[in-house]
Amino acid sequence: MNATAKGAPALSFARGVVSIAVVLLLWELGARSKHWMAGDLSAPLRATLGALGFKTSYLPCVGAAPPPTGVLRSWAAILTDVGYWQSWAKSFLRVSGGFTAAMVVGIPFGLLLAVNRTAFGVAFPLFEVLRPIPPLAWVPASIIFWPTQELSISFVTFLGAFYTIVINVVGGAKAIDVRYFQAARSMGSSRWDLFRRIILPGTLPSIVVGAVVGMGITWEVVVAAEMISGGGSQIGGTSGGGLGFFIWNSYVGGSYEQIVVGMISIGIAGFVSSELLRLLGRRVTPWLSQR
Amino acid sequence: MTAAPFVHRETAAPAWRDVPVAPGRTAPVAEATPTRGAIRIENVVKVYGGRSGAVTAVDGCSLDIAAGEIFMVVGPSGCGKTTLLNAVAGFHDISGGRISLDGQVLCDSARPQAPRGSDRVVVFQNGALFPWRTNLENVIFGPVMQRKLSKRDAIDKAMDMMADAGLSGVEHSYPAEVSSGVRRRVEIVRALMNDPKVLLLDEPYRALDALTKSVMHEALLRIYYKNKVTIFFITHDLEEAIFLGHKVAVMTTRPCRPKMILTVDIPHPRDYSVLTSKRFRELARATSAAVHEEALKAFQSGEREG
Amino acid sequence: MSAGQTPAAGGGRHRRGAALTLHRASAWFRSSRPYLMLTGFGLFLGGWYLAVEVWKLPRFAEMPGLTVVVKEWLSKDPTYGLSLYTPEYYQHIGRSVWRVAQAFTLATVFGVPLGLLLGWSKRFRDYVFPLFELLRPIPVLAWVPLAIVMFVASESAVIYLAFLASFFATALNAMLGVESIDAHYVRAAECLGASRAQVFRHVILPGALPFIFTGLQISVGVAWFSLVAAEMVSGQYGLGYVINTSYSTVRYPTIIIGMITLGVVGYVTSAMVRVVGDLLMQWRVRELALRGQS
Repeated sequence: MNATAKGAPALSFARGVVSIAVVLLLWELGARSKHWMAGDLSAPLRATLGALGFKTSYLPCVGAAPPPTGVLRSWAAILTDVGYWQSWAKSFLRVSGGFTAAMVVGIPFGLLLAVNRTAFGVAFPLFEVLRPIPPLAWVPASIIFWPTQELSISFVTFLGAFYTIVINVVGGAKAIDVRYFQAARSMGSSRWDLFRRIILPGTLPSIVVGAVVGMGITWEVVVAAEMISGGGSQIGGTSGGGLGFFIWNSYVGGSYEQIVVGMISIGIAGFVSSELLRLLGRRVTPWLSQR
Repeated sequence: MTAAPFVHRETAAPAWRDVPVAPGRTAPVAEATPTRGAIRIENVVKVYGGRSGAVTAVDGCSLDIAAGEIFMVVGPSGCGKTTLLNAVAGFHDISGGRISLDGQVLCDSARPQAPRGSDRVVVFQNGALFPWRTNLENVIFGPVMQRKLSKRDAIDKAMDMMADAGLSGVEHSYPAEVSSGVRRRVEIVRALMNDPKVLLLDEPYRALDALTKSVMHEALLRIYYKNKVTIFFITHDLEEAIFLGHKVAVMTTRPCRPKMILTVDIPHPRDYSVLTSKRFRELARATSAAVHEEALKAFQSGEREG
Repeated sequence: MSAGQTPAAGGGRHRRGAALTLHRASAWFRSSRPYLMLTGFGLFLGGWYLAVEVWKLPRFAEMPGLTVVVKEWLSKDPTYGLSLYTPEYYQHIGRSVWRVAQAFTLATVFGVPLGLLLGWSKRFRDYVFPLFELLRPIPVLAWVPLAIVMFVASESAVIYLAFLASFFATALNAMLGVESIDAHYVRAAECLGASRAQVFRHVILPGALPFIFTGLQISVGVAWFSLVAAEMVSGQYGLGYVINTSYSTVRYPTIIIGMITLGVVGYVTSAMVRVVGDLLMQWRVRELALRGQS
């Protein structure tokens, strides 16, 4: 049951465009009237909310945000700045590094847990106990432990994706229908064969899902780590850079348009990486797309 | 009938003639003649616009179903019989022709999709009991939703009907907790609570084992004898069709069209001893070649199950 | 199969409620699982202890040792200021929990209806989903500076960030929940005479509930994730703030205490959501139990 019934796809597209245009318009107008949501223009709204008992200071002051036109202008100016593209590269490198490490360690670990019951019994409860600790909470401990700043950030990045990947791998391996195993054994498969030809391909879809979600988490952690280490707290250091740092720097330097430019850039970067992964995933699991 | 050779002949298929009531026997008729639930399907066409081009699922199909009759539709999987049921129930539209119920038009070229309603209730192949409701809550769903009965009255009626169908004891269990045979019966009772004109059954016993199936057949007949609702029953099992039905329509593979119509002149009420009776075997022999021919065609074209 | 008999699924006896829990608990104790679990913990804690305090490995030179942390946590007069006995500890926990609660509630109140509508109405989906998907890839923490700019009170900025992450997870899962409902259920309901509104309330809503609750568990986890980051960057009070300042004021054992507390609190909140879900969806619990899981 879903909402994607028959209907002209052109109409859907048009509706999407309309709604985005409307939001952009509202944003533009709101940003230009400096006191939207915090001043005379919205007095009745604030009065009613105040009467209902809400703290009106909790409402966002959209007026303080930069307008879309300003953002575009700023972005056009930056496109020629080498530093901007260097930030892209740095972030991408960090993300790839942490993500690859998480895959390289996480997939075998997850498979081991799924295949070997003793290993599962020993490691999984520990894993589940450590998992609720947000990766960013590991930053100070990580800095204390690892020799360089870069390594400590990479470790935290690794952690973020690692949990997701392992959970997905274990879940995927467990969900493989037991009849596949029975069929293979009845045809004379050895344990290694079972692993290579049943478990591995059977877990592949879950690995892909875990990878895509893990990629998103990696971006979150990298951006956060860049912000934290680049400024804003005492966990500082000289190695900064990257898009997170770019955003923070823009904030500190007062150029609010650049903040939004940075946000959109990261959004695009994250989206592109996820899509690449999804395409790769589809390549690796051709049987799924032929439903 | 001569034995047909085990090969698919493209040319000059034998003309299948309908099998009427044999001389010396009487047509089976429901006791208290019901007056509602007569379906007339006239020249219905259904074309799907698929990815690989248009597929004609049903082409010029005409069927006449009398009120209170158990009408069985037999054909290989994927031949389009479910499409027919969906058209009657109002889940799909039709591309041509007309379907009427008790003289009133359900759908035609002016209004291609029949309205959905509780006068034609469907029992689905894999079951559609709501898993988040107990069996009893499932059964009272229809009348309560339509505000035809208060909840208390609906519960009373439901308990009675479930007891009639041999389902006392499972009222407060969830569907997942009971066997599939029980689930089917609950679903049928749920349908009958709405006093429908037609009961549409889409291969409901397909997933059951043969032993459970035979018991379910008798259970269905018992329910039928009490309620006399028109039953439109789709199956791929010829024996099931002959055992249950007043009429059996053998359909061709895509496009779907009645190949031959068999009138089952074994009197009601029937029980499982009918299965080994001589007349039953004769009727089965008369129709099985037709069914087998269509099955071969479907097999060779590798139809994906509908 | 005679009429009226309830066929026994899996054992012949129907255990309900407390009896079922007790039975499962005793089965768990009798298996080897608790011992393996303890082995795992033991290896981890033992390794930590040995690496820092016994072998004194160079990499672990500055790490606080296990005994140090435990002593600190349990002492009535902690050297570094935070232990189970200090009121500030609970103030920080309370602050963080309260923030997450607000963010989670807002995200659920806004996210669930939005997600349900996105799944149910094609029109709505056409208008809203592109916007949704454009905003979603932006990492929540990239919003930090903008949030600080837009929200006058920094408290609401922190809550907003936690809210954002939760909101997307909840709405997406609610939408997936609606899409996962077998079309046959909707058709059956329509056959039985339900109006569109009734189908929504009696089929879509309960049918999507399992997915919604999975989404809510994820949402709680994500809320904690964002909250901690936000607190580390721009907060006063709160566990993220504690961890941050403990590092800068060189109170290393407190860092570990903060991390462990975060883990425990995060787990408890997630478990609370799961328990509420189980209470609301008895049918699902039983279905899973029959399949040999849960």
